[in-house]
Amino acid sequence: MFTFILRRLTMLPLVFFGVTVIIVLLMQLLTPSQRAAAYIRSENQANQIPEIIRQYRLDSPWYIQYGAWLGRLADGDLGYSRTTNEPVLTTLIKRFPTTAELAFFAILPVIGVGVWLGTAAALNRDGPIDQAVRVLSIFGWSIPTFVLGIWLLVIFYGLLGWFEPGRLSTQYNIDIVTSGFQRFTGFMVLDAVLNGRFDIALDAARHLVLPVITLATVQSAQIMRVMRSSLLDALSEDYVRTARAKGLAQHIVNNKHARRNALIPVITLSGFVLIGLINGVVITETIFNYPGLGQWAAQAALNLDYASVLGFAIFTGIAVVTANLLVDVLYGVVDPRIRYD
Amino acid sequence: MDVALEPKFLHRRTRLGRWWESKSVRRFRRNPLAIVGLFIVVAFVVIATIAPLITPLGRNCVRDLGLTPATATSVRNPTNPAFWQVLFSPPGSCYKMPRVGFSPIPQPAATSGTVLGTTSQGYDIYYGLMWGARTAFRIGVIVVGIGLTIGLIVGATAAYVGGWVDNVLMRFTDVIIAVPALVLALVIVMVLGNSIVNLMIAIAAVAWPGYARLIRGEVLRIKELEYVTGARALGRQGAGIVFRHILPNAIGPVLIVASLDIGSIVLTAAALSFLGLGPELGYTDWGQMISFARNWILGPPGQPLAYWYTSFWPGLTIVLFVLGWNLLGDAFRDVLDVRSNT
Repeated sequence: MFTFILRRLTMLPLVFFGVTVIIVLLMQLLTPSQRAAAYIRSENQANQIPEIIRQYRLDSPWYIQYGAWLGRLADGDLGYSRTTNEPVLTTLIKRFPTTAELAFFAILPVIGVGVWLGTAAALNRDGPIDQAVRVLSIFGWSIPTFVLGIWLLVIFYGLLGWFEPGRLSTQYNIDIVTSGFQRFTGFMVLDAVLNGRFDIALDAARHLVLPVITLATVQSAQIMRVMRSSLLDALSEDYVRTARAKGLAQHIVNNKHARRNALIPVITLSGFVLIGLINGVVITETIFNYPGLGQWAAQAALNLDYASVLGFAIFTGIAVVTANLLVDVLYGVVDPRIRYD
Repeated sequence: MDVALEPKFLHRRTRLGRWWESKSVRRFRRNPLAIVGLFIVVAFVVIATIAPLITPLGRNCVRDLGLTPATATSVRNPTNPAFWQVLFSPPGSCYKMPRVGFSPIPQPAATSGTVLGTTSQGYDIYYGLMWGARTAFRIGVIVVGIGLTIGLIVGATAAYVGGWVDNVLMRFTDVIIAVPALVLALVIVMVLGNSIVNLMIAIAAVAWPGYARLIRGEVLRIKELEYVTGARALGRQGAGIVFRHILPNAIGPVLIVASLDIGSIVLTAAALSFLGLGPELGYTDWGQMISFARNWILGPPGQPLAYWYTSFWPGLTIVLFVLGWNLLGDAFRDVLDVRSNT
């Protein structure tokens, strides 16, 4: 198991190297002064551009720039975000919990609903539940995040007025600044509970409903499909028939023998689910005006704020690789065959 | 009299008939969802083709076709050269949505004199959706073309040469797959600048690694087949074997998987365009039309759904398009049992 993890760990620096090289090479398509814009903190610095170019070696060959850039990265200097008016790293750290909260609440229905409906469909093969789940999953898979988000807003905000965009209502936004509201985790719902402000927790939860549905729909449809087909495969295996033949109860065979094995492809898929969630977060946060990393990146791309977008790209690359590593390890834990391969 | 010498039933079986009765086509025909998918995709192809004939062309478009507003209807007359020009190579101005007015507020169909109403700034929604189908297919086909070409070169080289070349090329594709497609495409469009060409470049740049993996797998499989050994024994070498013997056999399933990607490619393009990183303002592009609707979610007091048409029609169009391709893709994967890694 140890060598297995070690082998997977060697991929991490490789991917980090690859992603950063691609990004630095892409930056060579810009002029040195455009690259310098990533390090400008205020308009007064506009006349210092030649100096910044020299200081950061932005006119040297790309590999020297890459070395210098890596050195700055080691110091935590990812440039200055014009979109948020603070260093990129500060924004990344500040906004990460906001996005993580959204992603956390979205993952629960993705896995819960996906596995549950996929199981129900497979156990009732070709029955009405199966047909309903198949149609549901193909529709859920086909509806783009940005269309679903806008439609949900039109109905539940425009027509019914139940849920608003944003992270908190205006009144509570003022409250948390003025009333000595403590940030423990950065998860608004949790922090509000820890502060004893259940009204704020409820408000934050209400603001999460639509973004979570938007983000979760496409991904749970995928899990549903994979769960259904892999459980169908597992149910036709010899060991399931053996288990039935020796007289075990139906639900024990289904849950212990078939479903456990069927979950393996679902674990594999969860790496792709994370990529899907990151793509989805950029769009969902933009639609719902939810102040997380995705909204920041999308806004920064429109402002030609290179430093922010590249910071976000590197962050997502590292996040995906780390998650895939965890998935691989988990995979090895669940399925001993892989460890000894 | 000798029936055995004259097997009549074989005469009736044309090539088409054999294909129609073949196992995979029968499996496809029996799947109702596949038929629905095929119907939707074909409908979009038809709409994209005849878009110029079923939409009221804008003033600039009519001018660039060498017509005057008075003779604009002659574009529907097949004897007029403009008819063929607008069908097969319309001037760029035809891909811009005509503006019915300049009102910042969307207008419903009835008051604006358009089929489905207008977005803010007076862009004709019906025109945008119909010509948007053209834009969608252009993006889809060109991106698949570029992506496949790159994937073909990289995948075939990696598989045929093998060794460290294979290792380097495949680790490189791993790296690109590791970054979420939308984020990488976002970076590329931002660096290159907003335009439809750069949008296509960006999406092709994130699409090719999947094809490279598929082609590599196919080439590796075929490389070991006996007829390739035969070709080698006959004295053919390197590139000759790859191009004459391996690729023609490897490309079939990959081509199908790639063309079924058109739906998701158009979806990525629309998503980027929705974020404001697509073609210029007023281009007939579904993603942009949805982004117009973002400001019209709330109606005036007392009429909450007053601007429903700005989000409903473009949204429905995109959903149907993606649905069609997904249904078709599902059916094909069932029939061919091609497993894609992406």
